[in-house]
Amino acid sequence: MLSAYESKGKKATRDGFGDGLYEAGQNNADVVALTADLLGSLKMNKFADAFPDRFIQTGIAEANMMGIAAGLATGGKTPFTGTFANFSTGRVYDQIRQSIAYSHKNVKICASHAGLTLGEDGATHQILEDIGLMKMLPGMTVINPCDYNQTKAATMAIAAHHGPVYLRFGRPTWPIFMPEGEFTIGKGVLMNEGTDVTIVATGHLVWTALEAARQLEAEGISVQLINIHTIKPLDHEIILDSVSKTGCLVSCEEHQRNGGLGDSIAQLLASKQPAPMEYVAVNDSFGESGEPEALLIKYGLGKDNIISAAKKVMQRA
Amino acid sequence: MDRIKDLQAIASQVRRDIVRQVHACQSGHPGGSLGCADFLTALYFEVMQHDTAFQMRGSNEDVFFLSNGHISPVWYSVLARSGYFPVSELATFRQLNTRLQGHPTTHEGLPGIRVASGSLGQGLSVAIGMALSKKLDRDDKLVYVLTGDGELQEAGLGSDDVCCHHKVDNLVVTVDVNGRQIDGDTNSVLSLGDLEAKWQAFGWKVLHMQGNVMSNVVNQLHEAKNATRQGLPVVILMNTEMGYPIDFMVGSHKWHGIAPNDEQLASALSQLAETLGDY
Repeated sequence: MLSAYESKGKKATRDGFGDGLYEAGQNNADVVALTADLLGSLKMNKFADAFPDRFIQTGIAEANMMGIAAGLATGGKTPFTGTFANFSTGRVYDQIRQSIAYSHKNVKICASHAGLTLGEDGATHQILEDIGLMKMLPGMTVINPCDYNQTKAATMAIAAHHGPVYLRFGRPTWPIFMPEGEFTIGKGVLMNEGTDVTIVATGHLVWTALEAARQLEAEGISVQLINIHTIKPLDHEIILDSVSKTGCLVSCEEHQRNGGLGDSIAQLLASKQPAPMEYVAVNDSFGESGEPEALLIKYGLGKDNIISAAKKVMQRA
Repeated sequence: MDRIKDLQAIASQVRRDIVRQVHACQSGHPGGSLGCADFLTALYFEVMQHDTAFQMRGSNEDVFFLSNGHISPVWYSVLARSGYFPVSELATFRQLNTRLQGHPTTHEGLPGIRVASGSLGQGLSVAIGMALSKKLDRDDKLVYVLTGDGELQEAGLGSDDVCCHHKVDNLVVTVDVNGRQIDGDTNSVLSLGDLEAKWQAFGWKVLHMQGNVMSNVVNQLHEAKNATRQGLPVVILMNTEMGYPIDFMVGSHKWHGIAPNDEQLASALSQLAETLGDY
């Protein structure tokens, strides 16, 4: 099954968002989009050019943008906000908490440049806490797609879903390896059947985990690889089914260990099916400037780190 | 003139409801609530076209947002007296399992509320979004929002600029200029300076209102309505007295967020005519 996921070229996940937003706008006249001075970075130009009346530039005022989005949703629109992940969450947490989450507003908070792979801009912009912040909000759906195709499909899927959503994606070009057009919110994707170890990855690290799985399989280790794009609500079934076979799990994400996908899985396993687990995630640290791939390696999120974690967790099983 | 007297009578009952709600649970915010009773009475009973068969979208009706959510007692009373929910429900204010939460919320399904408020400085943004939504729908009704003056200290959110840039001229913002906040007089906590000059500098149409003179409240709300749809957002600087007109409360920041005791309740009620019947 791993052979089904060859790279078919590279594009940024944010391009998938931009193209998905444009199509969502074509399909649904209630879709409106807002940005806080990051139109080009979020690849929202196509939507803004096609639907100028439904595009709102708020200037560098993210808190106001979140409130305006809540008001648009109250009036029956489906607003998509677009800015960097840092400014989509930490900077505006109170606005999201009160005016969007607690008020059940149908706002899609779309966040680019998440994680270390933002690269050279450094730690001020490399948010590694956003999944935790957003998944703690009652009623918030949290999605972190892995490539261009999945991000585009996710963008269209959340337009059709009623309720607040946090959609997290990134800056760099990244391999395209998932099929086009397939996305079900809350349903993980089984990418490889295996019996020795379960590897669960989200976002950019799905590709890294895929590369790690190929090498592990070549070494004779049977890997069950799961692509978890929806961190909340988490697909319990796909994880528990897998761990019942393999008896151990590695979680991989471009986020702090605290509060990320790994913690959600650990909570699930601890209550339903205790099993040893290793985290491939940032260990209580801020990032720094550098090239994306180099940063992933320095902070322990590389292919080799996943391979080591898989071997380690198997010994504990 | 009779209509003004009618509105004054409703406002008197609203004020009784406020002090009784806050007294019953020994918590809440009577000061700002009392000061804004005339304004909200005029808005709901005279100025806005609204439907008590509540629909969240507010299509083809005027809608109101309360940014300074802590003055929930006045809003709850006006909503109940307008017919959004039974007046008897005011007795549940701030009690366990109530729809009348300490600060307003959509979470418990109380008719009339369209967004939660309490954490300050958010209502104007939400109102802008609703106003933009009405424009997209070619809905010619208006959006009203009330904000406190102390709340303006949460500045730098960009809402003032957005309104002018995007010509949000179907919006009427009212600032409750009572000059009081929790820690004292607004001028001593963090002076707001010349509010008229500030809003004008942002390009707004600025009106003034004597918020505790019913005839002036009604006149200025109509003025504001007439000033909409002319390319400029409209703001009313509404002068009120915190605690008005209860003699031992009026003009003191101390009544921002404390409840009257039994004796103080009796004194307050003796100063407010029971016009529509207590709940």
